[in-house]
Amino acid sequence: MQRDMPTGPRPKDVYFFSTCLVDLFCPEAGLDAITLLEREGIAVHFPEDQTCCGQPAYTSGFGERARAVAQAQMQLFPNDWPIVVPSGSCAGMMRHHYPRLFADDPLLKARAEALAEQIFEFSEFLLDVLKVHWRDSGKPATVTLHTSCSARREMGTHLHVRALLAQLSGVNVVTQSHESECCGFGGTFSLKHPSISSAMSGDKVDALKETGAEAFISADCGCMLNLNHTLQKRGDSFQGKHLATFLRERLAAAGEKS
Amino acid sequence: MNAPENTQTLSFIPASEFKQRTTEAVADAHLRQSFRSAMDFLMAKRAAQFPDADALEAQRALAEHIRRYSLSRLPELLEKLERQLTANGIQVHWAENAEQANAIIVGIAQKHSAELMVKGKSMVSEETELNHAMEAAGIAALESDMGEYIVQLDGEKPSHIIMPAIHKTKQQIARLFAEKVPGASYTESVDELIGIGRAVLREKFMAAEIGLSGVNFAVAETGTLCLVENEGNGRMCTTVPDVHIAITGIEKVVEKLEHVPPLLNLLTRSATGQIITTYFNMISRPRQPGELDGPKEVHLVLLDNGRTQAYADEQMRATLQCIRCGACMNHCPVYTRIGGHAYGTTYPGPIGEIISPHMMGLAATHALPTASTLCGACGEVCPVKIPIPDLLIRLRAEATHDARPGHAPLVGQGAARSALMDFVWAGWAALYSRPALYRAFVWLATRFRFLTPPMQSGWTVSRTPLKPAPRTLREQLAGRHLKT
Repeated sequence: MQRDMPTGPRPKDVYFFSTCLVDLFCPEAGLDAITLLEREGIAVHFPEDQTCCGQPAYTSGFGERARAVAQAQMQLFPNDWPIVVPSGSCAGMMRHHYPRLFADDPLLKARAEALAEQIFEFSEFLLDVLKVHWRDSGKPATVTLHTSCSARREMGTHLHVRALLAQLSGVNVVTQSHESECCGFGGTFSLKHPSISSAMSGDKVDALKETGAEAFISADCGCMLNLNHTLQKRGDSFQGKHLATFLRERLAAAGEKS
Repeated sequence: MNAPENTQTLSFIPASEFKQRTTEAVADAHLRQSFRSAMDFLMAKRAAQFPDADALEAQRALAEHIRRYSLSRLPELLEKLERQLTANGIQVHWAENAEQANAIIVGIAQKHSAELMVKGKSMVSEETELNHAMEAAGIAALESDMGEYIVQLDGEKPSHIIMPAIHKTKQQIARLFAEKVPGASYTESVDELIGIGRAVLREKFMAAEIGLSGVNFAVAETGTLCLVENEGNGRMCTTVPDVHIAITGIEKVVEKLEHVPPLLNLLTRSATGQIITTYFNMISRPRQPGELDGPKEVHLVLLDNGRTQAYADEQMRATLQCIRCGACMNHCPVYTRIGGHAYGTTYPGPIGEIISPHMMGLAATHALPTASTLCGACGEVCPVKIPIPDLLIRLRAEATHDARPGHAPLVGQGAARSALMDFVWAGWAALYSRPALYRAFVWLATRFRFLTPPMQSGWTVSRTPLKPAPRTLREQLAGRHLKT
């Protein structure tokens, strides 16, 4: 999971791959992520033809369908700028699984491997590439963190999110029990095995609430939607926020430009 | 060692039954609580053994290498093992499937006019359902591992490969013993319960003509069968009766004795958080002239039962690296919720999801590889680095597709194939690989979001419906001149 980080001057331009979930269900998380990147003086480019990384078909065993979708995405990044992805899961797909998806095609595999090197999960990009140090003067808040499995086990970025939150002096981060355990979403798993998925999501929601935090923070919209909709079904007002949204709000609260 | 034609040894489990069982299991608060606390305990025990992540990585890499090396030379090592065991006076038998394995063992028992077999813990004998075969031949087979003894007494199967009775509470065992063990009175004292079991078993060890055991590592170069255990019952089974029969899967062979310690080291730490088990048995030959104890005859039954199917495929061969520590199930959030019985297979949890399709065929097992969020916890803790999530995806593909050109079909290949799913994914790919179509789709989805169905299949069982945002990100960005 460890990777060599680009050295030299900060990139001036990045691509933003929003992911299909952010585009359609959590656009505010995407806007907030872009706002934060722009705040760092970076030109953010959004290839208009982007759709989805292809993960749903890939993990369902329909690799040939995932390939068609992945191949369409791979054409959208002509420059070697970093590609920032506001999701550990989709970033993991593009960084680690694209090269495998095209293992039997030398040209596409080479393209996939080059692309993989351009992929950065949002928090990873902020911390390791931009090396941000932000000052927080928002109101004191207690939050808990939900780390996604892909962030933890594929991208190694769960600690990045924690480190970014640690920069916020007004924010107290409390740790849930079984933090490393999956929230039960699992893409099509939640549709195929609703009872197991519900049991896992229910336990995760309980663990997050037991921390006494006022909200949970997640860097993955898949987990966040799963948990927020579980909470809503329970009639619970406790909700999760995407990391980008939370960071943007904290900085805006500090009177800086948003 | 061809793939077995008969893979129906174990009871057939339709996918619908798996779903039914998992639904019942998650609704059982008591079961959920017992597995949660047992798995938490085991995870903590393991974690305490590996304080240094880098050191663990080095050990895992070595263990993986040993297992891959052994498998890369499997046919040769098995022949070497047979030669060496034979030279040591141990009789070697080959079984292509469970039926053959059971027939071999029943045959040996009948030759000795045996009435009783005592068994040490052996998951392979669970796999072949040996106890039923022995019973059918009129020979009693008694489990002597305490956990196995408990589940046998209750007519159940193990719910965990290392801790077979982990699903049972102290109180349940107390009631079971009081009911089923002659002369036993009700007690919830664990020491007393174990005492009751031991008293029964002690007598049986002396009476049994046959002792059966599993094998953790079979060393080809020396012809040594290694057996890892904690209760001493394994040693009793392999030394007290006149005849010892060991049974194991063909993948358990390693080349050299020095290949054992790195594997053993990770096996016990990963499984129970022990540095070493109480007993480690190395069995090399039957009793020699002038020796006072030990079995007069030793047999080894080597079972295929679908393993060669996994072996034949470069990627799926990794399945056979497994040393049966059970860490994948201890760390699996699905196993923790549903317990071992819901799987309906000998091997539950993540390893069961990737090995059972080879043993039982995909027709019976295609639901199992789908019962995972691909969270990766199993692969992360696996001491021999089996890429379990990748193998789950691979089996999902094999269950829903015909064999790829140049690949032999798996047993039950394409069993979960459905015209509907083919259509759904074809449509999905068409939509998401055509940007104009996708844009039209999301535009409509946002404009008609009030039509969002209130029931969305499994999603809304415990969640409110997913509803598109009023405007997509791309639409909101279009106003900000951010397009490239």
